[in-house]
Amino acid sequence: MGVGVEVQNLNAWFGATQALHDIAIKVSPNHATAIIGPSGCGKSTFIRCLNRMHETLPQTRVSGRVQIGDMEVYGPATSAVDVRRHVGMVFQKANPFPTMSIYDNVAAGLKLNGYHNHRKLDEVVERSLRMAALWDEVKDIFKKQSGASLSGGQQQRLCIARALAVEPTVLLMDEPASALDPVSTGKIEELIFQLKENYTIVIVTHNMQQAARVAEFTGFFLLGRLVEFGKTEQIFTKPADKRTEDYITGRFG
Amino acid sequence: MRTRFQLGLDELRDKLLKMGGRAEQAVERASRAYRDRDLKLCQQVLEGETLINMAEREIDAIGLDLLAMQQPMASDLRFILSVVKINADLERVGDQAVNIAERVMDIVELPAVELPVDIPRMAAAASGMVQRALESFVQRKTDLANAVLEMDNVVDRMRDEAFIMLVQKMNQEPSVTRQALDTLLIARNLERVADHATNIAEDVIFWVQGSDVRHHHLGPEFSSH
Repeated sequence: MGVGVEVQNLNAWFGATQALHDIAIKVSPNHATAIIGPSGCGKSTFIRCLNRMHETLPQTRVSGRVQIGDMEVYGPATSAVDVRRHVGMVFQKANPFPTMSIYDNVAAGLKLNGYHNHRKLDEVVERSLRMAALWDEVKDIFKKQSGASLSGGQQQRLCIARALAVEPTVLLMDEPASALDPVSTGKIEELIFQLKENYTIVIVTHNMQQAARVAEFTGFFLLGRLVEFGKTEQIFTKPADKRTEDYITGRFG
Repeated sequence: MRTRFQLGLDELRDKLLKMGGRAEQAVERASRAYRDRDLKLCQQVLEGETLINMAEREIDAIGLDLLAMQQPMASDLRFILSVVKINADLERVGDQAVNIAERVMDIVELPAVELPVDIPRMAAAASGMVQRALESFVQRKTDLANAVLEMDNVVDRMRDEAFIMLVQKMNQEPSVTRQALDTLLIARNLERVADHATNIAEDVIFWVQGSDVRHHHLGPEFSSH
């Protein structure tokens, strides 16, 4: 089951440049929350703070509190590896391990975590591929063919399957469909809809129609601040803040 | 610089206002035709309807195009939705004017009689509501739109009074029944014009402030948010 994400006073820096200012947000469990905003507004930095990816870049710093379920993401007793086991991530560009088979791509995370029971691995790989709506397309080839042999849309679903294999509670998606054609995009969106039953999803997107289609809640970021957060239908039909209105109606700047 | 999308919104607005002008004029002409027993004016109302119907189709097509091609959001989305709905109401206002003109054409065939209702006054009230509703649209003013909503009761009362007076007249003087019945139908058409003006005002409020003020007896849970 998905868990809630609670963020308080979150600040993030690249060197001396502050990329996020005092972000406070409560993400509901088992819902999809979309993060929108212009390029450079901090939306990717924000989700990279949720699974401690921000700190992997040089000269970065984070302050504030992120709680995922009962885990303190920046607590002294929490390791980045623990966090990432609970918080899966899917990126804009599908990045399957190119030399691995489809099967090994999905099993990679589990193997890294010390699982070597073949029957268990087979089970998890099949279940993950099914959840990622890829099973029917690869069930006859997934042990032999490389992940890189799949189409762009299939590769992205493979990456989703890989993220799901380690049984996260939260799934972060950074522009997961921006490089895909409408049919593949439709499949990913349908998948997000189904995955909400078991996971909490935070999706960064430039595509506002996509946010409107998949997310119950939407946050609008601007210049590193969360300008407005609310129910998606409210944000897109009747935003409370003029800056949100200007952005979503394209009258920005 | 206006973007192509904003130019599209401007075009929609201009065409709707032009159509609104025609609908208003149709009611005014129909009312004058009644007062002056003027068949030429009736004919003008009938001919004007074609232009209103053409405008209706054109406005819907532009609205549909903008929705499909530009995927508008927030107040732009509400604007287009409102324009498409106002468009339908204005077309119905045109239809009511045609109905009135047809009644007048019937009345003109009959001897002129004195009837106890002031149709021109009622027509002025109803077309005044349409005019104000369109003004509230042009100026984005919800207080003007609210004033239109309040005027609806006045026109409703005029229709009720007309009904009572005309039924009484028909009872007292059966020879004028046909004229009285035509006039009663005209009063009803004018009351419908006022209803369409009310719908337009409600759509303006929805566009400007995003709140659904229709059917308030349903309670706040039915409003947009």
